[in-house]
Amino acid sequence: MSTLLDISDLTVRFETRRGFVHAVNGVSYTLEKGKTLGIVGESGSGKSVHFLAALGLLPPTVKREITGRVLFDGKDLLTLSDEELSDIRGRDIGVVFQDPMSALNPVLTVGRQLREVLMRHQPLSKAQAEARAIELLDLVGIPEPQRRVRQYPHQFSGGMRQRVMIAIAISCQPKLLIADEATTALDVTVQAQIVDLIRDLSAKMDMSVIWITHDLGVLAGIADQVQVMYGGRVMERGPVDAIFDNPRNAYTRGLLNSVPSLDENAEKRLYQIPGSPPDLSKPPVGDPFAPRNPDATERCFAEMPPLRAVEGSPGHVVAAWYELPPYAEGSR
Amino acid sequence: MPNYLLTRIGESLLAIWGVVTIVFVVTRVLGDPAVLLLPIGSPAAALAELRSQLGLDQPILTQYVHFLGQAVRGDFGNSYQYMRPAMSVVLERMPATLMLAGSAIIIGIVLGGIAGLLAAIKRNTFVEYIVMFLALIGQATPMFWLGIVMIMFFAVNLGWLPTGGYGSFSNLVLPAMTLGTFVAASVTRLFRSSILDVLREEHVRTARAKGLRPKTIYVWHIGRNALIPVVTMVAILTAELLGGSAVAETVFSWPGVGRLIVQSIETQDFPVVQAAVCLVTTIFVFINLLVDIGYSLLDPRIRSHGGGHE
Repeated sequence: MSTLLDISDLTVRFETRRGFVHAVNGVSYTLEKGKTLGIVGESGSGKSVHFLAALGLLPPTVKREITGRVLFDGKDLLTLSDEELSDIRGRDIGVVFQDPMSALNPVLTVGRQLREVLMRHQPLSKAQAEARAIELLDLVGIPEPQRRVRQYPHQFSGGMRQRVMIAIAISCQPKLLIADEATTALDVTVQAQIVDLIRDLSAKMDMSVIWITHDLGVLAGIADQVQVMYGGRVMERGPVDAIFDNPRNAYTRGLLNSVPSLDENAEKRLYQIPGSPPDLSKPPVGDPFAPRNPDATERCFAEMPPLRAVEGSPGHVVAAWYELPPYAEGSR
Repeated sequence: MPNYLLTRIGESLLAIWGVVTIVFVVTRVLGDPAVLLLPIGSPAAALAELRSQLGLDQPILTQYVHFLGQAVRGDFGNSYQYMRPAMSVVLERMPATLMLAGSAIIIGIVLGGIAGLLAAIKRNTFVEYIVMFLALIGQATPMFWLGIVMIMFFAVNLGWLPTGGYGSFSNLVLPAMTLGTFVAASVTRLFRSSILDVLREEHVRTARAKGLRPKTIYVWHIGRNALIPVVTMVAILTAELLGGSAVAETVFSWPGVGRLIVQSIETQDFPVVQAAVCLVTTIFVFINLLVDIGYSLLDPRIRSHGGGHE
């Protein structure tokens, strides 16, 4: 098994009028070829910002400071020029964004939006690119691709638009696909189809996937590993079963408890983690989740816990000074 | 698409009919042309004869139908002042207006396009602040004042260009610059803000995530989307300028339609005013129609009116 992506100590700070915002604070992880990593966390956890920073996709108007190392296929993305990075974007790394309504250009045909990425990275003529675009639409399950390729995004439904986004993202057979909340804006039934589609494609093309979501439930069926992020830090990471059956971080436990369950009494109020996310312009010295954690110790407030291995659970790491009681669904 | 086009053409015709009707009503309210035409103190019999010649003794509805029929043919009667068909008097002035409006629009688009793009690319820098400051001043300065200052500076003090008149290229420079400044300032401001709006849109991030080159992104993903509002504004400005810029034409003694309208109102030459107003309206409506068609070429969402969704 070889490593495709090796991120170490990635830090992203934004400079705003009110001072620095510490969006990502020392994130490290690796991703093996062909594997799927689920990254879960709420808004502001740094789950999207960290990859946008690594790929040079943060808004150009925002002043930022990025440090650390992002080794992709042996190259440190943070040291590349934008020109060199743009060779990798779209060719080796494809991205599917959250809202297919706004992520596609409304005034260009779907075919044109597929062709331009194909022709940017591969020596294809316009006719060859057109033929390949039709193949790709077919591959992602869009009926009548010959007709659809000439249509505009507004002529597609939400789910079909997201399939187009996926077709664009995988068009050059990337080594890594990043799905950033790719199903959040879709109906539940369509969500399941998109999840299946990406899982099938990654198996077929031997493609690594980073699946970013705020919904732990989505990850159960697709991820090999799950990484939980909070306040710009990695709180816990491990094989998907270990995270679901034996969460060792209080935030992971809170997330699991907030997933609605079918066999629970429908009258019961859904669990909600108390409090609100930390203000990243004034980052806490200790564990960022401590103020919302009933099991927090004094040390949690004073010092950030490093990631440590969980005993008896291989590949499972957690950042916590405390030990949670054994997990049973519904406990908090 | 054909449906959309037919609807727009129908609406345009309705608008022109509305203006022609207003012109008819206003001229009937304004007073008796016979009194104006004949010398003061003419006998009542002469007045009555002229009225029946002009058809003014007929019922108002008959007059209206008659007027509509003539308007369709572009016949608004003879000019009182020039003693020739009013429409031909107006049409003779069109080339001058066209030349001035065309030059001003070209200056405006080129200057405004470059300045707007520059301000958007160099956002939050000194360059943007200067460009935007100049654009604000350019848009806020009254045209008659700018025109007079231009005359004072370039014609009187430096003596480089004539103060006004018509005929050679040197006559055109000052009025075109005056009008062009205003157009350029408007284009700069709108194009810049439009680009900045589009820059924030998510599909631009998608374009970057695809690894497209900055030039491709600027032209196809930002530029094209940002042009949509600019096209509308330029077209409306063009239509307004084709109606003659009364102020600039008057300041520079430019023999265009705008100046003709002002003069004809002063001399109460109603056939000319009617002909000019109807012609200018038609041009305005027609250009608006062209804008809508051009718009639908730029933005496919308008073409199908949100239809075709599955």
